[in-house]
Amino acid sequence: METFTYYPGCTLRTKAKDLDTYARASAEALGIALEEPADWQCCGGAYTTARDEIATKLSAVRTLNSAKEQGRALITVCSACHNVIKQTNYDISRDEDMAMKVNNYLQLPEPYAGETTVYHYLEMLRDVVGFDKLKEKVVAPLKGVKIAAYYGCLLLRPSAALAMDDPENPTIMEDFIRAIGATPVIYAQRNECCGGYITLEDKSQAAKRSGAVMGSAKDQGADMLITACPLCLYNLKKNSGSDLPVYYFTEILAQALGLKEGNDE
Amino acid sequence: MQRIGVFVCHCGTNIAATVDVKAVAEALSHEPGVVISQDYQYMCSESGQNLVKDAIKEHKLSGVVICSCSPRMHENTFRKAAASAGLNPYLVEIANIREQCSWIHKEIATATEKAIILGRAAVAKVHLNTPLTSMESPVVKRALVIGGGIAGIQTALDIAEAGFDVDIVEKKPTIGGKMAQIDKTFPTLDCAACILTPKMVEASQNEHITIHSFSEVEEVKGFVGNFTVKIRKKARYVDETKCTGCGLCTEKCPMKKVPNEFNMGLDNRSAVYIPFAQAVPKVATIDPNYCMMLKNGKCGVCSKVCSVGAIDYKQEDRIIEEKYGAIVVATGFDPIKLDKYDEFAYSQCPDVVTSLELERLMNAAGPNGGTLLRPSDKTHPHTIVFVQCVGSRCDDSKGKPYCSKICCMYTAKHAMLIREKYPDTEVYVFYIDVRTPGKNFDEFYRRAVEQYNVHYIKGMVGKVTPKSDGKIGVQASDLLSNEQLHIDADMVVLAAAIEPDKTARPLATMLTTQMDTNDFFTEAHPKLRPVESATAGIFLSGACQGPKDIPETVAQGSAAAAKAIGLLCKNSITCNPCVAHSDELKCNGCSSCEKVCPYGAITYIEKEFRMPDRTTAIRRVASVNPAVCQGCGACTVACPSGAMDLNGFSNSQIMAEVDAICK
Repeated sequence: METFTYYPGCTLRTKAKDLDTYARASAEALGIALEEPADWQCCGGAYTTARDEIATKLSAVRTLNSAKEQGRALITVCSACHNVIKQTNYDISRDEDMAMKVNNYLQLPEPYAGETTVYHYLEMLRDVVGFDKLKEKVVAPLKGVKIAAYYGCLLLRPSAALAMDDPENPTIMEDFIRAIGATPVIYAQRNECCGGYITLEDKSQAAKRSGAVMGSAKDQGADMLITACPLCLYNLKKNSGSDLPVYYFTEILAQALGLKEGNDE
Repeated sequence: MQRIGVFVCHCGTNIAATVDVKAVAEALSHEPGVVISQDYQYMCSESGQNLVKDAIKEHKLSGVVICSCSPRMHENTFRKAAASAGLNPYLVEIANIREQCSWIHKEIATATEKAIILGRAAVAKVHLNTPLTSMESPVVKRALVIGGGIAGIQTALDIAEAGFDVDIVEKKPTIGGKMAQIDKTFPTLDCAACILTPKMVEASQNEHITIHSFSEVEEVKGFVGNFTVKIRKKARYVDETKCTGCGLCTEKCPMKKVPNEFNMGLDNRSAVYIPFAQAVPKVATIDPNYCMMLKNGKCGVCSKVCSVGAIDYKQEDRIIEEKYGAIVVATGFDPIKLDKYDEFAYSQCPDVVTSLELERLMNAAGPNGGTLLRPSDKTHPHTIVFVQCVGSRCDDSKGKPYCSKICCMYTAKHAMLIREKYPDTEVYVFYIDVRTPGKNFDEFYRRAVEQYNVHYIKGMVGKVTPKSDGKIGVQASDLLSNEQLHIDADMVVLAAAIEPDKTARPLATMLTTQMDTNDFFTEAHPKLRPVESATAGIFLSGACQGPKDIPETVAQGSAAAAKAIGLLCKNSITCNPCVAHSDELKCNGCSSCEKVCPYGAITYIEKEFRMPDRTTAIRRVASVNPAVCQGCGACTVACPSGAMDLNGFSNSQIMAEVDAICK
């Protein structure tokens, strides 16, 4: 059994428990052990856009460094945490000035310089487990279900740093959908923004954005939509005004692996 | 004992304002071997040259140093002057005290000091100069044109017009290239086929022109005036000499579901096909990827219906070898693939098309017989959005950094033609800039805007969203009014960037010509030698050298032909004597020089040597072909044993210069 350091993030302990629970259960079924680092803290979340670049990077670096100390790759599952942690890792390995300031501040036993490999859970499925192997482990394939993959913006961009997939024509989630026996629905808005935090400021804007996403998916014949992001899920469910069901990708993964009853909301 | 004359030029005030020319002449007069040292206002003028000529005769000079501008400017002038006075032209050296001295320094004292040092280096070098004689090499009076688009056709016709034989090698089954696919041409809106197909016929009927269609260049050996080229004539499974082009086989062929390349895959053709009605040569070709007879031996319909027995399922690729004096590259361009631009939904929606696809959709010989219909449901589009610069002027690795040059004009043409033919159609064009330099080009674009009311909007399209009701949502920004726009379109047309044909790079390697980072062939000089490559005897025609429209392509095609004719006219060519040579006694046959030679001038030969003990030994040594060598000197640096040396720039001459500078 291969062991990885697993970073859940705050939201997965509160609002997005399903994303976390089924990620863990599925990993176990796939022969992957996920171990949380001790004393993990917020990824940096919404503060990454703040002016003081260094302070916003510190908590991400702490997480990255604890994986390094354990000598393992780091697995994330929340799109936003993944984006913050992977970007920070990318920056610190390239920007000497930033690396110096961060290390001066943190005073780690050994300076951190971007050594940890960061996988999103989807990348783990693709690159560690392999979609072919996943397909073999599926016990309850979602035959005939038309699923629209929703990437949002955080999972793919900036593409140089995230390096997960082609930002304009991604395939990782569609390949995942095929692996669990369902049919992917390609729709143009799959990599556009859901409205994000603007829901706090101007609900109508968030409604417009999430409505466009849901409308486009439904228009192309989707039965459901999956995401890896708690905020996207919130916007798509609460603000879009659409009745298309939205799930975390880990939920339908668990379902296909026989770890969860079918979804019926 | 050497008798050297030094001549220092004022170049008006170009040199004299920053360099004390009299002091330079004075200082250099004390250099060893210098018998005369003087300055003059314009050395390159007739009286300046006479000064040199008279001095050569009067002082019996054995070497001349001119302290003046760059040798690129006037080295030839002074060499000719020396030759006319009876001195070997390669005994003249130039010290560049203008570009490399007076123009870049401000203080007279330092500039003068540097000019003296540069002059001293030239004097030191000229001491070691040896008289060089140019060799002659014969010229094969036949040209090869690679690529049979409008560039290649124009070049071939012009060369043939001058009375020389010329072969066209075209990889496709017909000549005509991209222009054959185009509907109308800007800025006159005349029909492309009407002006191209007569030229294609002319090429096929010209007694001096041989067309090798469905053929590719396999190997190029030799050098200017004497290239040996292997051409692969790909099996078309049809005997070209028998086929009459009647087209019966294409009608009867049961395999009719092959994407038609000529119509950009918008309709289908049969497995045995003639690309289009005016194809030259008009002979059928069997596509082995689809022909059932070739794939599993079952069918044979075409063979049965062919009344002249031209079908030959057993035909194989054939290699022919020809000799040429000149080669013209005319490999052209291709639009880029749009798989990295899925924000425009090209792979998701059949009604999002490229501009070249639109050409076919609007062409009378195209899939819809010239009626503009949406590929998805064959209905008339009422709102069409054009997106310019898709992949052009791109600052990331996805696209091309350059402007593709032709898109602004053909988009204006498309917009205008659609508004003319279907006035009920709204046409939007999104642009970064509209670039229309060219004769009657801006007038043409303004007609689209003012007369035809095409909506030109400065800004880029961000997202194209195909909808289930058949509409295409276009989200874009209008940068002038700072607005977000949402347009429900019926069709979206993408002006894809153009790039060199994929065959260009392997061809450049075969020809040892240079390419830029975008795989366009590099011309010998960006301004003054635009149709020659840096490799002697290789000329460039059309878009293989950079994006070009048809008038420019034809102009360059004719210019390349003129250059090729200039070469073919000669019975023999004078070679540059400043070429490398190998000291065979020092050469250890390591191949270092061969590897670095960008021109393929170095080969290895087995040679018999007499050893000190009177035995003979066979050794492998480098041999430079002086007709191919361009004198770049790369081999002399690479050679570990110091066997390679360059005439006119020998290692000892360069060391003498360095010593003189460091003295």
